[in-house]
Amino acid sequence: MNAAFRISGAGRLSQAKTASFSFDDKPYVGIEGDTLASALLANGVHLVGRSFKYHRPRGFLSAGAEEPNALVQIVRDDARKTPNVRATVQELYDGLTANSQNRWPSLAFDVGAVNDIASPMFSAGFYYKTFMWPKWAWKDLYEPKIRATAGLGVSPEKPDPDHYASRYAHCEVLVLGGGAAGIAAALAAAETGVRVILADEQAEFGGSLRFESGARIDGQDGYAWAQAAIAKLKGMDNARVLSRTTAFGYYAQNFVGLVERVSDHLKNPGHELARERLWQVRANRVVLATGAIERHMVFANNDRPGVMLASAARTYLNHYGVAVGRNVGVYTANDSAYAAAIDLKKAGVNIAAIVDLRDNPSGAVIDEARGLGIEINFGRAVVSAGGKLRVSSMTVQPKNGGGQRTIPVDAILMSAGWTPSVHLFSQSRGKVAFNDETKRFVPGTYAQDCVSVGACNGTDGLDATIDEAYAAGAKAAKEAGGKIGKGSKPKVDAGEIWSRGMLGAAPGAGPGTTVKAFVDFQNDVTAKDIRQAVHEGMHSIEHVKRFTTNGMATDQGKTSNMHGLAIAAEELGKPIPQVGLTTFRAPYTPVTFGSIVGHARGALFDPTRRTAIHPWAARQGAVFEDVGNWKRAWYFPKAGEDMHAAVNRECVTVRKVGGLFDASTLGKIEVVGPDAAKFMELLYTNPWEKLETGRCRYGIMLREDGFIYDDGVVGRLAPDRFHVTTTTGGAPRVMNHMEDYLQTEFPHLNVWLTSITEQWAVIAVQGPKSRDIIAPLVEGIDMSDEAMPHMSVREGKICGVPTRLFRMSFTGERGFEVNVPADYGEAVWEALWAEGQKHGATAYGTETMHVLRAEKGYIIVGQDTDGTVTPNDAGLDWAVGKKKTDFVGIRGLTRPDLVAKGRKQLVGLKTKDPKVVLEEGAQIVADPKQPIPMKMIGHVTSSYWSENCGRSIALALVAGGRDRMGETLYVPMPNGTIEVEVTGMVFVDEKGERLNG
Amino acid sequence: MLLIRCPYCEEERPELEFRNAGEAHIARPTNIAAESDDDFEKFFFIRANPKGVIYERWRHIHGCARFFNAVRDTVTDKFVMTYKAGEPKPAKLPGASK
Ligand SMILES: [Zn+2]
Repeated sequence: MNAAFRISGAGRLSQAKTASFSFDDKPYVGIEGDTLASALLANGVHLVGRSFKYHRPRGFLSAGAEEPNALVQIVRDDARKTPNVRATVQELYDGLTANSQNRWPSLAFDVGAVNDIASPMFSAGFYYKTFMWPKWAWKDLYEPKIRATAGLGVSPEKPDPDHYASRYAHCEVLVLGGGAAGIAAALAAAETGVRVILADEQAEFGGSLRFESGARIDGQDGYAWAQAAIAKLKGMDNARVLSRTTAFGYYAQNFVGLVERVSDHLKNPGHELARERLWQVRANRVVLATGAIERHMVFANNDRPGVMLASAARTYLNHYGVAVGRNVGVYTANDSAYAAAIDLKKAGVNIAAIVDLRDNPSGAVIDEARGLGIEINFGRAVVSAGGKLRVSSMTVQPKNGGGQRTIPVDAILMSAGWTPSVHLFSQSRGKVAFNDETKRFVPGTYAQDCVSVGACNGTDGLDATIDEAYAAGAKAAKEAGGKIGKGSKPKVDAGEIWSRGMLGAAPGAGPGTTVKAFVDFQNDVTAKDIRQAVHEGMHSIEHVKRFTTNGMATDQGKTSNMHGLAIAAEELGKPIPQVGLTTFRAPYTPVTFGSIVGHARGALFDPTRRTAIHPWAARQGAVFEDVGNWKRAWYFPKAGEDMHAAVNRECVTVRKVGGLFDASTLGKIEVVGPDAAKFMELLYTNPWEKLETGRCRYGIMLREDGFIYDDGVVGRLAPDRFHVTTTTGGAPRVMNHMEDYLQTEFPHLNVWLTSITEQWAVIAVQGPKSRDIIAPLVEGIDMSDEAMPHMSVREGKICGVPTRLFRMSFTGERGFEVNVPADYGEAVWEALWAEGQKHGATAYGTETMHVLRAEKGYIIVGQDTDGTVTPNDAGLDWAVGKKKTDFVGIRGLTRPDLVAKGRKQLVGLKTKDPKVVLEEGAQIVADPKQPIPMKMIGHVTSSYWSENCGRSIALALVAGGRDRMGETLYVPMPNGTIEVEVTGMVFVDEKGERLNG
Repeated sequence: MLLIRCPYCEEERPELEFRNAGEAHIARPTNIAAESDDDFEKFFFIRANPKGVIYERWRHIHGCARFFNAVRDTVTDKFVMTYKAGEPKPAKLPGASK
């Protein structure tokens, strides 16, 4: 059985295929191919929402993407509750559940509607004026309250279970908009053989041919022609046709973002289908065929449910077979509404009257309407719509004043004319031009390789549109390398052509202060608000827009911008182009975060780097920490140990026996070539030419300004080969820094740089037993102190695989770093671990590594330095080659500020109470009794509990620090001030004897 | 997303493959240690910030890894041309805006 307002025989849907759905828990039946809007209208439902600010009842304004009012929440399950879905776009599926938004307790009785009565309080600029003082109240009081009552829709509480696909595509011609113009352009382009993509936001192609009953092309009905043309394009290998696909953003060099709604229209999408697909298309040429959007008439209570655009009513009738009322009034300043009245009248709907603001228009549609017996009133205005939850009447008055007459109606169709959709053109950075004759903004100066055709270009009439579009499609293809096409231009047998209409407020819009003649429905902006903004001094449209919020809602002012501009211009007494049109920005319609993010979420958000030894550490129950993208073993707790206990045990065991540490994340760069040493001389502060093969040196890298950039131990493997290590986090930027100098400043040097971070696994074996642990596994290397002293490197074999064996120490103990090819890393670790077990060695993580190095005063670049620290500040002057005449940073080091007295220097700190561990980052003062704000003279950079020292230890940057040895300084904290003594940076084995211990 | 022509790869590649590396044609002084404070300031700290044509360095970091020079219009964001590192500042620009 048909719903009450479905007209049998009308529309293009098969009325036999029904689909059940619910709206606000009430069941309804629609038919397949309906939108939620057409299905509700078929059931006589117009009231679908409450407005944002005044909570006024709202219905459907449009039948498309420009809809400002009919925003609903679509609920599939707990995790899939999509708010702010335009009911005019949402396709119906069997079982669809939709709810209205922004109302409480119910849509028909909404408490928030009190805002409507109190509306003088809520006029333009209300938020700015009322909530500016006191400042704290905005964050704590006003904003939360406003957000709670003014929200549009509710977010789901659960993570989004759907997935979103993403594709890149290239084509010669991208056609945006699948109405008559877009189809003609796509046909012309595709016939030349080039790759063409045609996209349209609707489920079916045809654009305004969906409602233009008078169109005939190539001997058939316009809509049927469109479907045949689409079928033809789909059959061509070089054409891709995308429906339900919105071009939301036009970026540089013809890069266009499209979102395809893949499964929101399906009853059971299943898990294989993505919900949406993001297309990132690079096109040689773009054809914009985005059409035009009908404007409403601005008069009192023009927002009552049942008051809608004439073209929308026509679409509901001619495509969906739905009458929007039984007794319909028409208010227009333009011919196109007559066509709607004629179609409805022919379908059996009573047209109560046509009210035309124009004085004496003439034309075929007017004659036809008159011939059908429709009452027509020229030179009159609808000054008010009656009714509340649904329009019940329209009050008509001569436009220059006079007697009023109220006509009962159950719907009002309105048309003030058509606004070319220049959104994408504007996004492409094209400049629009105002056509004074037709009173519309059309594409003017182009910034990219694109062309506008049809209604969006201000071209009137189907015949001219097809002519223009077909020629533009062929030209674009030719410019992009296409051949001469074999097809022929579609022939327009009949089409509609409309006159221009009006901009701004109609006589029914005021001047009273309580009249609500809406310009922007979604943000509840009235004609009065815009006038008030001008009176309060907003003279640019950008200011008017922000003060009133006109055009700033999610519909981006598709129906409201031109009216708002015209009212402001009239009030200012200036021509429209002098007041200006705001720039349109992406996105054209709202885009889900899901489609932008695509698969880059959860585990795929960012790559995770794991070392070769990671699986071993995981099996041992290591706790990991994130260091950049790396997962590093933080500590290895034994049963019953917390972090503190585990770290204490690891620290003591390394110094007493030995420990194994996975240092594979260390950045490694091989510097090779005849000029390798010369290059090293220029990139590091230290001298390298005289470093013997087989020896190592601690190197410091500066930026040109003289500040420490990175550090690490470098081994010379051969006269022309250096194995350079960098900090874990610094590896990529150090490589970039080296490449930059090599390629652009020192290109005369014959050097090759290779990142080898991931090629070598690094196992640090540290502690008095380190040599005993390694030696049994090593072949071909004499590990005696005489043959292999501290800071040397040897190549040989361990466990039968190649190794670069470094004798070096980041703990202050006798130590080695075993480099093996990464594929052998885990196996060699296992072998070393088995040897270590014989001696009682421990595995240790990054926390213990940090404590042990701090006990020795070894710095970590990026923790103890911050980009303003020189080698001298860090106590590393010994590493700067005094005889060198050049290295990166040499001139920076002599800058006045860098050699001035009183610079912050790295020192040790001991708390007076040895049990107190300072907080890293804590500020240091000389006098704790001084008034606030205190003069801060430095901060704590590293701080730990040292079980080896039996007390806390810390490093700090302190102004004039090295001259303050033994001084007492203070660290003010929320729970009291901590006294500290300034000390040297070495807390364990000051003489360094344990390196050979 | 911009398309940038790498003068080494000799083709246009998407912006994602590149990284900006600051102003071009600022050569490191050969005897930098002898530079005056003023000259060092000019070399290291002072940079042009024009509205219009800018000469800058880019690196094809996710491609051939080469540094090169580019002329770009800061008003339109468009690349006027690109050329290899070490080549002189082009005397004439093809189709640059005023
Ligand atoms: Zn390249």
